Amino acid sequence: MTTLVVRRIQPPFWLVVAAGVAAWLVAWVLLAPAVDWLVSDVLGLDTTSGFGAAFAFFLFDLPKVLLLLVGVVTLVGFLRSFVSPERVRRTLAGRNVVVGAAAAAAFGIITPFCSCSAVPLFIGFVEAGVPLGVTFAFLVSAPMVNEVALVLLWGLFGPGIAVAYLVAGLLVAIGAGLVVGRLHLERFVEPYVYEVHAGAAVEIRLTMEQRVRDAWDSTRQIVRRVAPWVVIGIALGSLIHGYMPTDLVEQVGGRSNPLAVPLVVMLGVPLYANAAGTIPIVEALLGKGLPLGTVLAFMMAVTALSVPELLILRRVMRRELIATFVVIVASGIVVVGYLFNLVST
Amino acid sequence: MVTIEVLGPGCANCKRLEENAREAVAMAGVEAEVVKIIDYREIAARGVMNTPGLVIDGKVVSVGRVPSAGDIAVWLHGG
Repeated sequence: MTTLVVRRIQPPFWLVVAAGVAAWLVAWVLLAPAVDWLVSDVLGLDTTSGFGAAFAFFLFDLPKVLLLLVGVVTLVGFLRSFVSPERVRRTLAGRNVVVGAAAAAAFGIITPFCSCSAVPLFIGFVEAGVPLGVTFAFLVSAPMVNEVALVLLWGLFGPGIAVAYLVAGLLVAIGAGLVVGRLHLERFVEPYVYEVHAGAAVEIRLTMEQRVRDAWDSTRQIVRRVAPWVVIGIALGSLIHGYMPTDLVEQVGGRSNPLAVPLVVMLGVPLYANAAGTIPIVEALLGKGLPLGTVLAFMMAVTALSVPELLILRRVMRRELIATFVVIVASGIVVVGYLFNLVST
Repeated sequence: MVTIEVLGPGCANCKRLEENAREAVAMAGVEAEVVKIIDYREIAARGVMNTPGLVIDGKVVSVGRVPSAGDIAVWLHGG
């Protein structure tokens, strides 16, 4: 009797999920023909001309990227609900630093990172005996490398650049973690962190339905926040094809300037945006013919280091440690930027 | 009198959780006070690493997510 009542109240959840997945797949398959039809039959645009080509590009790319974003972010959100920070912490505690830093950087990819979670996470990790270097690898990787950035890069610039960003970000995070680990900076962590008597880590089992609902909820939040940047990025990308690289950008950031990489990193550190916010700029810089390593370095500098996050981390770290953190991460980004410029020639 | 604690330094999700908690109190029709815990030591002391967290009468019922007002109302009834 009870089950009957419960069934009547709750919507047929798995049916909703199945319908959602089916709708996504249909939209994905029909997208190209639909846009084609719209562009040539309804609007009658000449796609060989400059404006028609740019507009068609925009009409095709915008729904494609948004669809991809919705699909991947929901899927990753669902998978992520199985990887709680408690589980990450347990896996990382007492691990060898090299293995630990690599694992921490990898965990950082799928971990959601609202910078306001940084401090409780930091306290939790340190408390559980996760080495400082490993904790840092995680703190660097989490805001910088994430599925939203990767999907946008993949959708707008192709898999090559997405994979390059992934590799570059992981290298910086692991490198920074190893260096911090080697320097033994524990004394610059605010002493109270070691004195906090953290309660036993709470882990709450969720039902499948809760996991899916949470994933969908966060996707809606993320897409709403990211959509304006995607629109601007794609609009810019559509327009840029028609213009020649301007001399100024080329002079400052191009291959002829050997200091381009540190320069863009210095520009990028004080700027603060999430990965999506940098997409229009990345689009513009790549469009202007800047080398890959320089553009990636800029994007990493903007996302990895930000004043708000540093202010939050100041609650648990002394100034010396914050400064070291900034210098190490910035240097790491410069090195990886040069490396990619070398490789991509 | 039920005590509901919303753990989090005040980011967007923490605010949404607080709103949902207040809505849940109205839905459930119980007498409850909603307290915000923003001190990191306090948050860590409750075993929460992933904000926002929700505590009802000293018991952590949710971490790192924003449960709906409906879910919270069920918990308020001891579900």
